[in-house]
Amino acid sequence: MKADPRGVLTGAHYLDGDHACAEGALAAGCRFFAGYPITPSTEVAERIAARFPECGGVFIQMEDELASSIAIIGAAWTGKKSMTVTSGPGFSLMQEHIGLAVMLETPCVLVNVQRGGPSTGLPTLPGQADMMQARWGSHGDYEIIALAPNSPQECFDFTIDCFNLSEKYRIPVLLMTDECVGHMTERVIIPQAEEIDLVERKYYHGDKSKYLPFKPDKDMIPPMVKAGDGYRFHVTGLTHDERGYPVMSWQCQEVLVRRLVEKIKNNADEIYRYEEENTDNADVVIVSYGISSRVASRAIDLARKQGVKVGFIRLIVVWPFPEKKIAELAAKTKALITVEMNYGQIALEVERCAHGKCKTLLVPHGGGWVHDPQDILAKIKEALQ
Amino acid sequence: MNPVDVSEIKKENIEYHPMEHLLRMDRIPHIWCPACGIGTAVTAFVSALEKAKPDLDKVSIVSGIGCTGRVAGYMKLDSFHTTHGRAIPFATGLKLANPDLKVVVFSGDGDLVAIGGNHLIHAARRNMDIVVICVNNFIYGMTGGQVGATTPETARCSTSPYGNFEPPFNLPLLMESCGASYVARWTALHIRRLTDSIVDAFNKRGFSFIEVIAPCSTLYARWNRLGSGLDIMKYYHEQSITRHNADPRDLKIDFQKPIIVGKFIDRERPTFIDAMNQRFSAVFGDRYTPYGVPAGPRSDEKEGVNA
Ligand code: SF4
Repeated sequence: MKADPRGVLTGAHYLDGDHACAEGALAAGCRFFAGYPITPSTEVAERIAARFPECGGVFIQMEDELASSIAIIGAAWTGKKSMTVTSGPGFSLMQEHIGLAVMLETPCVLVNVQRGGPSTGLPTLPGQADMMQARWGSHGDYEIIALAPNSPQECFDFTIDCFNLSEKYRIPVLLMTDECVGHMTERVIIPQAEEIDLVERKYYHGDKSKYLPFKPDKDMIPPMVKAGDGYRFHVTGLTHDERGYPVMSWQCQEVLVRRLVEKIKNNADEIYRYEEENTDNADVVIVSYGISSRVASRAIDLARKQGVKVGFIRLIVVWPFPEKKIAELAAKTKALITVEMNYGQIALEVERCAHGKCKTLLVPHGGGWVHDPQDILAKIKEALQ
Repeated sequence: MNPVDVSEIKKENIEYHPMEHLLRMDRIPHIWCPACGIGTAVTAFVSALEKAKPDLDKVSIVSGIGCTGRVAGYMKLDSFHTTHGRAIPFATGLKLANPDLKVVVFSGDGDLVAIGGNHLIHAARRNMDIVVICVNNFIYGMTGGQVGATTPETARCSTSPYGNFEPPFNLPLLMESCGASYVARWTALHIRRLTDSIVDAFNKRGFSFIEVIAPCSTLYARWNRLGSGLDIMKYYHEQSITRHNADPRDLKIDFQKPIIVGKFIDRERPTFIDAMNQRFSAVFGDRYTPYGVPAGPRSDEKEGVNA
């Protein structure tokens, strides 16, 4: 399916990451947005509020993040693509509804423009310390998809990808950006509508009386219907069977939650995305994502000038985590160095997947500003000692 | 005697419950206690659907969590059992994303007024075009009888074992002051009146709020030694005074004192979508296509609403 031209602002623009994200949502066909102001994500909501009236979309500023994050789930059940945007504290408040969207298998997109935490932390300064919260923040066991852009262009592109993934897998998809990317202005190219490929939601078309809302197809994803189409279906956040009816038993839990997990795990090879550079003969490989990956690039250049063979893997899809890829890199390099703006979150995943096959190191940073490339360079040298 | 398997009985010998077509019979028996007021509230709701005759395919029902939160699951409609307190913002998303839907929120006092209170007041303020049916039984039922934001003073609950000392919300006053278009209160035994109010709400454009005073026959009754569920249902009914258009300030509920019921508010205000369309049409002119308005003139549209 191609994009609806009404939402596509074709051309070359100078946009900050937040505005580019809003344009990505419009291009992806998002026509329902519920949000609550929070720095540094508010510009996304502002641009959507300005642009929606002429594109046929509905924008509502809700009373809080709890409301925003469930309004988009309600909207998604009418067939609309929906999104909300937040940061730090707001993301914490949205966790319960990320779980609800997982349980109801509702396509929707949530953007977290990360700032420094915990608590109110650093509202106007960057952080990358919500990465594990993105993975595990809602209670219960589940899989999630999260992408990390490192430029305004990627804020545009990846927002579209988030919608496509959410429609395909019937799952909430998280765009984990940060204050630096959100507020940096760069050139953003928005293509023609007909050049933008969108994934169409899979609908059920069979006999109405035989419809089972949670009966999966072979790909483990049940086809959806819309409210108002006469199916008279039921959905619940309780553990449910294929009819959508609550069943309080370990057997039903096993069937349902296993499928929710496996529909992502078993399709992970299709979902993983990363950029890999010079990893074949590298002595060390840097692992990074988001804004930190741009600083890491600078450090890698410096190291290469000094004759060190440094490889680079930049995670685009952070969740599901590219386990096999990291294991493969661990087997052929001396060290994996994770560069991220926290005290070790994705680094733990790298360590887990490296399985002791190589050294695993971290260049930590508490957030509030980006890394100093010299610190990364020092860690590269330390790894080689 | 073993339960009879209905499928073994000849079709012509089966008499169906008159409300079966609107209930998910494959989910009966329900979870509610005998003589719980939720059952009669559901009966009134079903009767109202039959009277108001909306296109049932276009009716969505949303519940939160709790005993009343289970209502959505028993209705043969598009039905959504959501999270605790958040039925209204879910319903807001449904309604705004597809204005053709008639959206009903059916939930309890703990869900709608305590944990969900913020959403309740904002939906009323926005005049979101939804119907909210709030079963008020003065207690948290599902979790075992705790005190709530609507428990009358001195009433005993498991977490107010010496009697509640917090003042309860006066819900009609709250809803009136927030801007609801329609506000009524009945007890669960006023089935006909309650049914009529739900029909009114169905035909009303704007935010409608109906409070249903209902016994929690198991917990509230036991904690307060009020007899059987039927006893308190009758008591509420007999002790109620119908006073339409009463001043909302006089509607506070005191423990075991007469309860004033009736239709209190019925007024016209632009809905969220009306106001949005008005504003954007004024700003954008022809570049704005009014949202949620079927093409061509609509007879029930008041002049100027979408101008
Ligand atoms: S606990 Fe109370 S409110 Fe819940 S079903 Fe029983 S009687 Fe009704």
